[in-house]
Amino acid sequence: MSNTASGKTPLPGRGPEQARARRRGAHPLARFLVRRLLTAVLLAWGITLVTFVLTNLVPGDPVAANLGQRALGDPAIVAQWRAEHGLDKPLWEQYALHLQGLLQGDFGTSQQSHRPVAQDLAEFVPATLELAGAAILVSLVLGVGFGVLAALRRDRLSDHLLRVLSLVGISVPTFWLALVAFYVFFYRLQITPGSGRVDPALGGAPPVTGLQTIDALLAGRWDIFASAAGHLITPTLVLALYTIGLLTRFTRSAVLEVLGQDYVRAARAKGLPGRVILFRYVLRSALVPIITVAGLAFGSLLSGTVLVEAIFAWPGIGQYAYKSATTLDLPAVMGVGLVVGVVYLVINLIVDVLYGVIDPRVRLQ
Amino acid sequence: MTLEITGLKVSLGGRDILRGVDLHLEKGRVHGLAGESGSGKTMTGLAVLGLLPHGARATGRIDLGGRDLLTLPPRELNKVRGGQVAMVFQDPATSLHPMLSVGRQLTEHMRHHLGLGRAEARARAVELLGKVRIPGAEEAYGRFPHQFSGGMRQRIAIAIALACSPRVLIADEPTTALDVTVQAGVLRLLRGLCDELGLAVLLVTHDLGVMSAIADEVSVMKDGLVVETGPRGQVLREPAHAYTRSLLDALPGEPGGPAEPGGKA
Ligand SMILES: Nc1ncnc2c1ncn2[C@@H]1O[C@H](COP(=O)(O)OP(=O)(O)O)[C@@H](O)[C@H]1O
Ligand SMILES: [Mg+2]
Repeated sequence: MSNTASGKTPLPGRGPEQARARRRGAHPLARFLVRRLLTAVLLAWGITLVTFVLTNLVPGDPVAANLGQRALGDPAIVAQWRAEHGLDKPLWEQYALHLQGLLQGDFGTSQQSHRPVAQDLAEFVPATLELAGAAILVSLVLGVGFGVLAALRRDRLSDHLLRVLSLVGISVPTFWLALVAFYVFFYRLQITPGSGRVDPALGGAPPVTGLQTIDALLAGRWDIFASAAGHLITPTLVLALYTIGLLTRFTRSAVLEVLGQDYVRAARAKGLPGRVILFRYVLRSALVPIITVAGLAFGSLLSGTVLVEAIFAWPGIGQYAYKSATTLDLPAVMGVGLVVGVVYLVINLIVDVLYGVIDPRVRLQ
Repeated sequence: MTLEITGLKVSLGGRDILRGVDLHLEKGRVHGLAGESGSGKTMTGLAVLGLLPHGARATGRIDLGGRDLLTLPPRELNKVRGGQVAMVFQDPATSLHPMLSVGRQLTEHMRHHLGLGRAEARARAVELLGKVRIPGAEEAYGRFPHQFSGGMRQRIAIAIALACSPRVLIADEPTTALDVTVQAGVLRLLRGLCDELGLAVLLVTHDLGVMSAIADEVSVMKDGLVVETGPRGQVLREPAHAYTRSLLDALPGEPGGPAEPGGKA
């Protein structure tokens, strides 16, 4: 029996904090959200600074990477190229110009494609968002679902099977899994479509969101939707397996931990139905550690997309990043860095906000 | 007789934790249950609600209004829990859900057991908060447990326990985790509610001082057995069992005449 008397700092109900909150008039959750958003904006600015500095620190001369041998021999051409790309100005001025451009949606011009980087990104980012988003969704549903199931059926057959699954998910490297899946399902069994996002013969749905599956649904084109979903399924599962394994394991232990809490026994003593206890009492508490792990796992899932995109010829930002980096296409690299940074930021923001939504102790602090 | 426990035996993992407990609770009476730590007081309370740890086996009879709680089907037992027998736990810092509002925790079982609507449940909850003397009941309804002190949280837990008008209240060391200064207030509240609502209260405590202050009957447990039971005056002044005498001798103050718990609410 628990004899610990933990967390008993007596907080008077009418403390100065509550009084202050009432005077300001705003709903505590709203104030919490505003605070988090302001922090996010500050961080976004930090990301522009970091990507800029890092990109300019890389050893390697973009001039050499972009001009041919002949042109490199001619100092006039080199100087002109440098001036054209603003590389002759001091670094801080380059950053100021860069930031000014960013605010106007100008990410510079790719030195390789000679197109605006913003345009390139608009083309490649949605493909990655679709893949990563699907993988995140699948891993959340399956990972948390499996974890809860394993906890409720602790030490029974399904628990053991799920433990094996999560172990496999965690220990198999993504690139290996991608290759094997591609070989088995496409090359050998021919049950999944090969590369790309959709059957080229179908063309594609008119772009609205840039996500093929959603656009197909919006256009009412079931044939395109089926093709897009078919293309999506294998890379999604490959990408999600690690996170599924991780979340299954974490959810299981989080749920077991909460099941042993006093307040769960108190809820049983109130005669509440089992499903209410599970969803209202157990999952709510267990979600806090689960969200923490999920946020971190989604970060590593994003880096996994580079490999998966390469193997499934998925025209996403991973491919674009690889090409830009190997050609020292600095504006493109910065653009990619910025997008990835902002995606991390958004994931963290969502995690933070969820903490506040779930746990009143966070938003009322 | 409201609740009658006869020959209750509980074994867990091959160990006999309770070895034939007999207890009788009556309407409007506070029955104090004393005994050293590990003697089986908590297990006795949990057995009544069918909340024993996983793998525990209970035999004997726990009679509530002619029905044996030990053999009740799960659905029926769930109606008894909260509805007819309620429990207040030792530490309100852990027995209230930290992320659910006081109002939510006060009304959810009312709505489930009594089928009350949102507004009715709310009105009753606010009334209950007033009854357990939470200042600013209307406002307290929307707050969360961490915004209250330990004593206030235990009052809220008591309000939750009383929400569905149970006949029996089991309070498992309800003041042990509280500051000494608020203990007496919570005990007085329990005593008052018992008299006002005609509750049968089982008050578990290892503090004989607490016992002498508010219990009508007293039972003393040792190693899974009730070794002594009777009216308060008799047990505390002329203990028949050596073990009770040793508990009394361990009290500060004059031997055989334990002091009232001091302090204020
Ligand atoms: N979850 C458990 N598993 C196994 N034994 C337990 C468990 N909880 C309590 N016990 C044992 O049951 C006995 C009675 O415990 P308990 O009823 O909590 O005593 P009390 O409340 O009088 O201090 C103790 O010997 C204790 O070790
Ligand atoms: Mg105990």
